Amino acid sequence: MTRMSYREAMREAIRAAMREDARVFLMGEDVGRYGGTYAVSKGLLEEFGPERVRDAPLSELGFVGAGVGAALGGMRPIVEVMTVNFSLLALDQIVNSAATLRHMSGGQFSVPLVVRMATGAGRQLAAQHSHSLEGWYAHVPGLTVLAPATVADARGMLAAALADPDPVIVFEHVQLYNTEGDVAEGPVDIRRAAVRRAGTQVSLVTYGGSLPKTLEAAAMLAREGIDAEVVDLRVLRPLDLPTVLASVRKTRRAVVVDEAWKTGSLAAEIVARIAEEAFYDLDAAPARVCSEEVPIPYPKHLEDAALPQAEKIVAAARALFGKP
Amino acid sequence: MIAPPPSGPVPCARETALSLLDDMLRIRRMEEKCAELYGAGKIRGFLHLYIGEEAVATGAIHALEAEDNVVATYREHAHALLCGVGMDAIMAEMYGKREGCSRGRGGSMHLFDARARLYGGNAIVGGGLPLATGLALADRMQGIARVNACFFGEGAMAEGAFHEAVNLAALWQLPVLFCCENNLYAMGTALARSEAQTDLCAKAASYRLPTLSVDGMDVVAVHEGTCEAAAHVRAGKGPFFVEFRTYRFRAHSMFDAELYRDKREVEAWKTRGPIHTFSARLKQQGMLTEEQFLALDRGAGEEVARAVAFAEAGTWEPVEDLARDVHTPVVMP
Repeated sequence: MTRMSYREAMREAIRAAMREDARVFLMGEDVGRYGGTYAVSKGLLEEFGPERVRDAPLSELGFVGAGVGAALGGMRPIVEVMTVNFSLLALDQIVNSAATLRHMSGGQFSVPLVVRMATGAGRQLAAQHSHSLEGWYAHVPGLTVLAPATVADARGMLAAALADPDPVIVFEHVQLYNTEGDVAEGPVDIRRAAVRRAGTQVSLVTYGGSLPKTLEAAAMLAREGIDAEVVDLRVLRPLDLPTVLASVRKTRRAVVVDEAWKTGSLAAEIVARIAEEAFYDLDAAPARVCSEEVPIPYPKHLEDAALPQAEKIVAAARALFGKP
Repeated sequence: MIAPPPSGPVPCARETALSLLDDMLRIRRMEEKCAELYGAGKIRGFLHLYIGEEAVATGAIHALEAEDNVVATYREHAHALLCGVGMDAIMAEMYGKREGCSRGRGGSMHLFDARARLYGGNAIVGGGLPLATGLALADRMQGIARVNACFFGEGAMAEGAFHEAVNLAALWQLPVLFCCENNLYAMGTALARSEAQTDLCAKAASYRLPTLSVDGMDVVAVHEGTCEAAAHVRAGKGPFFVEFRTYRFRAHSMFDAELYRDKREVEAWKTRGPIHTFSARLKQQGMLTEEQFLALDRGAGEEVARAVAFAEAGTWEPVEDLARDVHTPVVMP
């Protein structure tokens, strides 16, 4: 076990992958000389050189598409997109090419591409750098979507993503980069959700940057005498429903915490699945804590008000017990 | 102003010339049959015919080698055929049959063949350009000397994907051969109605790569131009842009009433038709007799008949296999 930050864990994961496999390379805006927008790739240029730590121009569609082509051509590209908001410029290549090529070619062409991007709010970066659009990608068959919420997953998920023969999108919440935790060597599984806190009375289901807030809420609920279980989805597509349903069937209550907007969200999908599969196991209607339906605003008090917070999660959980 | 038809002596060996003619005939007869089969309800979805443009794919792909990669558009039946995808597998794909080159999953717009190194069949205008650039990047990083030929229409040059891909290829000096099939209409929008700069070579050249514009109705000119461009790319000197000035004789797709162009313009361009002008030149030079032409044409017709029979005899994929190939099967440890 080694203690490190989420940022360092991600960097170590990239470094290890590049040392191990000559086909792996990192490409994106300012990944080289600048050291990465969030300093994830700092120092990698010096170790691996400009061919494998490849600074790309501001051409999200172009370099993500080049990543798709390079993956088809036998390489194992890791493409970094600065934020999920910018990834919209590359959406065509991800959705229309990376996700479809294998099926559309009758199984002849797999696209072993990994796209990493920052996501989420909390840094007062306003409405073009702060959104949570993980659910959009999780909507698309052909993609695997990961949301490492812990330092251990930040260290372990990349190797599993690179081993996947098909495209994998990795979301790194900006509020997680400075968090610290313990990591073990080797890859982790990218098929299962994880119970981060065992409990018996309510399931708090979340992912990514909302995990720390949800764990905080669970601690607050414990002080009120409510024993909450926290499920970290980890993998947003394909969803590990058995783990979610097992938790909900045990606790009989569910609150889904999702930093995306409520309308058409991943939270909506999970609540729908719970309703479809575990309706008669519930003691209360499932609840959701999501972002308010506004573009994320700049001033701190408004940004805080727009996002899920531990207090909101506590209130939503408490309400399931008929408590004010 | 429409240029006079290609004329004059054909500057290549008889064997090469006949092979070019034969391939243009194969494409033409295959696609005429496709139009007929569309009318009969055997082929559905969108069907985009290449009739009139045969000299481009023929001359260009004859200039490539078997190991080169090809990325094409949704108007790619000809490219698939000349890359070496069997006409039977192409026809079966258009039928949606399991024996098709994309297992029936793609149809007319999505012909793929790993063995023929054909990476689609891309129906997003400009979508193939970044992809071809990435294939070239992979080759460069692996030390493979190969040409990555990317075909696209002039309509794609209005897309950001064109600018981003050409910039990347030129910036990183990647082995991409950009093949612009300028048939003057992006669906129904004439070039001058969509581009401020209608000189496509000037537009491409702003990214500091060599360019060439050739008569896309003259198969020999296409072949020679592509040979020159491919040699540059193959030698590791970076990307090359070629404009093939051509014309589509048929509608954009089977749903197009052709309200946007004058029938007289189409008729005028037909005087430049790549097959009859080329065979006339060959005859004039004594390289081809009418009997030989008819024999080639008959051979093409027979190949088409065999392909249709193959497609008819093909099988439907069972519905239980609907979700097949969404992901690569992985053996779990």
